[in-house]
Amino acid sequence: MSGKASSSLRKGRIAPYGLLSPGVLWLVLFFLVPMWTLLKIAVSTKPNAYLPEYDLTWRWANFSDAVSRFQPELIRSFAYAATATIACILIGYPLAYFLAFRAGRWRTLLLGLIMVPFFTSFLIRTIAWQTILGSDGPARWLLQTFHLTGVADATGLTTNGAFLNTPQAVIGGLTYNFVPFMILPIYVSLEKIDVRLIDAARDLYSRPSKAFGKVVLPLSLPGVFAGTLLTFIPAAGDYINAELLGNVRTGMIGSQVAKLFLRESNYPAAAALSFIFMAIITVGVLLYARLLGTEELSA
Amino acid sequence: MTVATAPATEPAGDHPTSVPGRTAGPARPARRPLRSRLLGSWAAVVYLWLFAPLLVIVVFSFNEPAGKFNTAWRRFTLDNWLHPFRKADYTQALVTSLQVAAIASLVATVLGGLMALALSRYEFRGKGLVSIILVLPLTTPEIVLGSSLFTLFFGQNLSLGFATVVIAHILFCVSFVALTVQARIRGFDWTLEDAALDLGSSPWRTFRTITFPLILPGIGAAALLSFALSIDDYIITSFVAGDGTTTFPMRIFNANKTEIPPQVHVIASAILTAAVTLMAAGAWRTLRGAKP
Repeated sequence: MSGKASSSLRKGRIAPYGLLSPGVLWLVLFFLVPMWTLLKIAVSTKPNAYLPEYDLTWRWANFSDAVSRFQPELIRSFAYAATATIACILIGYPLAYFLAFRAGRWRTLLLGLIMVPFFTSFLIRTIAWQTILGSDGPARWLLQTFHLTGVADATGLTTNGAFLNTPQAVIGGLTYNFVPFMILPIYVSLEKIDVRLIDAARDLYSRPSKAFGKVVLPLSLPGVFAGTLLTFIPAAGDYINAELLGNVRTGMIGSQVAKLFLRESNYPAAAALSFIFMAIITVGVLLYARLLGTEELSA
Repeated sequence: MTVATAPATEPAGDHPTSVPGRTAGPARPARRPLRSRLLGSWAAVVYLWLFAPLLVIVVFSFNEPAGKFNTAWRRFTLDNWLHPFRKADYTQALVTSLQVAAIASLVATVLGGLMALALSRYEFRGKGLVSIILVLPLTTPEIVLGSSLFTLFFGQNLSLGFATVVIAHILFCVSFVALTVQARIRGFDWTLEDAALDLGSSPWRTFRTITFPLILPGIGAAALLSFALSIDDYIITSFVAGDGTTTFPMRIFNANKTEIPPQVHVIASAILTAAVTLMAAGAWRTLRGAKP
């Protein structure tokens, strides 16, 4: 942003607040206030096991109770989300690179195609994966036709020859559903790189891989950072993939929160779990931002 | 955003003399095609993977399932497409979803659009704080948004239903709208407005003839995005819908252990076809518009 563009910004006294107030009011009423009520209920106790009630007793131990009770689900959620995020980077980065530098006149079309899966529902796409990975589905048929069942088992792609209802299927589903959120930010950051810089780097360093590592990769890190947040956060909170593609031992934190709130009406425990989950994610995001040393969170 | 490019220009500028010698090397032109081809094949594989489920959805909309689950292929039929609304509860849920999405995207577009206008056009106190509040809902997991709204409505004794679903959907769309519109209108020359005002145009006329046409493409994209987000949401909706209101994704998810009727595939295929056609028409119009 040049100085000239910012000089056309106006100093507002009343107008900006007038424009902002309806939206800010909505965000305060339905985001900040609910966060406060969530915290309040998280430190309450449930006086009667059978009634959906709570008393505010500032019982902070609810948090440690939630962590110890749901430790497997918490660990699983973060492990699955981290694996899916890494898979998204490995799959998405080369594709974004291709789109930014090699797609030529097909670039706009190919970029548009990445958005096409979003035109069908998340749920229906995941159900389609049930069909593909199921015992009569095309994935198993391919393995059996080419006698690769043993190979797939050995590489950890399948468990006892089955794709569906495995942790691998859940991670695969998470990767599939969130990979566009990785591809697009990486593409945006790659596309912004001046091609002359890459040429200069190629001339400067003897190996193309070194030119990539010294110039292209560092410049695209903001995109990787944004993409990581956009995939990791929803993936960790998701439980649709775990419910549709997993088994009883792949439950993630989201389904526990939903179950405690909507079926068991144990609001304090549910709120504590929900709140601690968000706290862990927030701390993780801040650490990750510090680690990458990028001040481009806003971009 | 331009900050990142600054340090990388240094190495190139430091050694301008090394340029001619290296480019003459014969190794590079020979290596490039292979790497390009590898990248191209990788892209093809990824696109195949991205589209495999869509293909399955379309193909299975023509399937005659053996039982209640349309997940294994039996035989071709046109029956599902001739009776897309046979399952009344799914149709009702779809209508609910469309209503929620229409209201939510309309309100969110107005609220978010106004916020984007204020943020990209004015310098004012508290701008940073507003930007943070705007981004927070996007970095909060859906279960946390859903469960916090649930506690609010429960605490206020509000009965869950259509209204609470709309409120929740507006909430998660507002931030998307504001950021999308803001990105689109970043760096606009707002002095155009001053020019119009100087020439005697009224403020309302200035907005109508200058400002609004400038921000319209961003507004349109944001409205479409929020419609898509709203119609697809399951997790947040499941917390705030209560017993009486069922959206299309809720209907599918709640029933997925007992049935997956082919009508689901038909409706999904129809929406997909309509959206792709709209997108293709839009792309074609832009291409045609760009040429003359």
